[in-house]
Amino acid sequence: MAGLTGKDAVLTAYAEKLANLDAPKGRSLSQDAMRRLFANKAALVSLFVMVGIIIIAFVGPFFVPWGVGQVDWTAFRSPPDLEKAHYFGTDQNGRDLLARTLQGTQMSLVVALVATLVSVVIGVIYGAVAGYFGGKVDAVMMRFVDVMYALPYILFVIILVVIFGRSPILLFIGIGAIEWLTMARIVRGQTISLKEREFVEAARASGAKPFTIIMRHIVPNLAGPVVIYATLTIPEIIITESFLSYLGLGVQEPLTSLGTLISDGSSVAEVMPWLLVFPAVVLVTMLLCLSYLGDGLRDALDPKDR
Amino acid sequence: MINYALRRVLSALPIMLIAITVCFVILRLAPGGPFDGERPLPPTVLQNVMAHYNLDKPLWEQYWIYLSGVLRGDLGPSMTSYDFSVSQLLAIGMPFTLMLGMTAFVFATAAGMLAGAVAAVYQNKWPDYLLVLAVMIGLIIPNFLMAALLQLAFGVHLKWLPAGGWPGFSIPHLILPVLVLSWPHAARISRLMRGSMIETLGTNYVRTARAKGLGSRLVLARHALKPALIPVVSYLGPGLSYLLTGSLVVENVFGLPGIGRYFVNAALNRDYGLVLGTTIFYVVLILILNLIVDLVYAWLDPKVRYR
Repeated sequence: MAGLTGKDAVLTAYAEKLANLDAPKGRSLSQDAMRRLFANKAALVSLFVMVGIIIIAFVGPFFVPWGVGQVDWTAFRSPPDLEKAHYFGTDQNGRDLLARTLQGTQMSLVVALVATLVSVVIGVIYGAVAGYFGGKVDAVMMRFVDVMYALPYILFVIILVVIFGRSPILLFIGIGAIEWLTMARIVRGQTISLKEREFVEAARASGAKPFTIIMRHIVPNLAGPVVIYATLTIPEIIITESFLSYLGLGVQEPLTSLGTLISDGSSVAEVMPWLLVFPAVVLVTMLLCLSYLGDGLRDALDPKDR
Repeated sequence: MINYALRRVLSALPIMLIAITVCFVILRLAPGGPFDGERPLPPTVLQNVMAHYNLDKPLWEQYWIYLSGVLRGDLGPSMTSYDFSVSQLLAIGMPFTLMLGMTAFVFATAAGMLAGAVAAVYQNKWPDYLLVLAVMIGLIIPNFLMAALLQLAFGVHLKWLPAGGWPGFSIPHLILPVLVLSWPHAARISRLMRGSMIETLGTNYVRTARAKGLGSRLVLARHALKPALIPVVSYLGPGLSYLLTGSLVVENVFGLPGIGRYFVNAALNRDYGLVLGTTIFYVVLILILNLIVDLVYAWLDPKVRYR
């Protein structure tokens, strides 16, 4: 029966609305982080550009009329030429620069990805073990990290290159095996605070072994800092790889990488500037995007840092 | 303070020993050697060569010979430059590398601190934005690319400065290498300096100093500068190893006669003796410089001494 104020109607409508609607949705931490990341214009643009570069680097070669090692006998040292489809020009040997740049970008990306994975795996496990066990184990393990930290890691990379020769796969692993130090430090710090939490205590009380606790209860909770740091590691590894290639210690012909291309280009940049400019632009764009993306992720996942 | 210094020196010694051992073992256990060239040596010749370099002895004996050599300043023979020992080669390159490194270090530290302080004082005004841009360029563009671009711009097109080479001591030849080497370093320092300076300028004692009527320059010089320097000084140690890494590239790009060139050439020719010697030299150098930085840090921040 409708009363004078009509409150029954209002209440009924409200009750119906409640019945039909789900409970107000909570946002998980990762959704929150995504929202913050997408609110950050620079990071968003960087993300798109980066995804674009990755897609072009891997799909692009199928659309380029010239192969990586294919020689165009009619166009040596040609500047960018639309008619012959040398959009980036050709080098001294008549090879199409666009094809080579795409292949070099692929190489840099793959090196960065594999090396970052290696460094994340080693760093996370090492740091978590040191932080979880604490005491003497921690002291010895972190002392080792301190020692390695004091040494310029590029020397070790070069030593590894000397030993293993110039195979790209070993290059990935060598760089990754040396880049894990900072990761181990960050993870150790997080682990020390995590291991005092109730859920770890509960796991321990229920009889879980230390290794299970580390892998099942601690490592998943480290995702935030690990993702941030991994994103910041990628550009560092790209620089390291191109640095080694520049010195002639990295990727070798007929394969190429952005560092090798820049190295070759810079020696002839006076007369054939396009050989330097295009690879350099790709490299710098990638580094710029990754650095903005890393900063954006840090702000998004770790808001107290702002 | 003396106590702290002693403790610090004593803790650096085992690090040196470990570093030497690790490098030695890695290089000796590695498959292949400097003498498996494309044309294999006759077995008798190879045997003599191995004996000359002590490579036929057991590993621990080689290690002992090498270690006692290092203590006497003898880093063993080079395996490709037959007429020189590693120590002689390093002695030839060292003055230049040290000079380049120190010049870049001093320049980068001074420029970075100054720029950071200025940016903090003019926070969110144009000097600050200018700095952010310069920092970004320094951190994003890898040093070998920066070197190539600067050579091209100032050496080839504008012809203001020589593009490379080293005809004996000359300042114009040093400008571009020092600039390339110090830019990223200065960028990191200025970032740290800006952050810590902004924090310091917000503290109560700076406000008090302002409130009692000190001029802003006096406040900066007397109250804000020293505490703001602490994070910067703690970065100088790791920063040094970045600088030395950078000098590898810079010496190669600009054709300068330092240790970095030997190192890269040695690595390209698989000259194990020279690679090992150079690595040990760099490690010892960095540890010594780190020690100095730590002592300065302790002097600046008393909390460190009594930990």
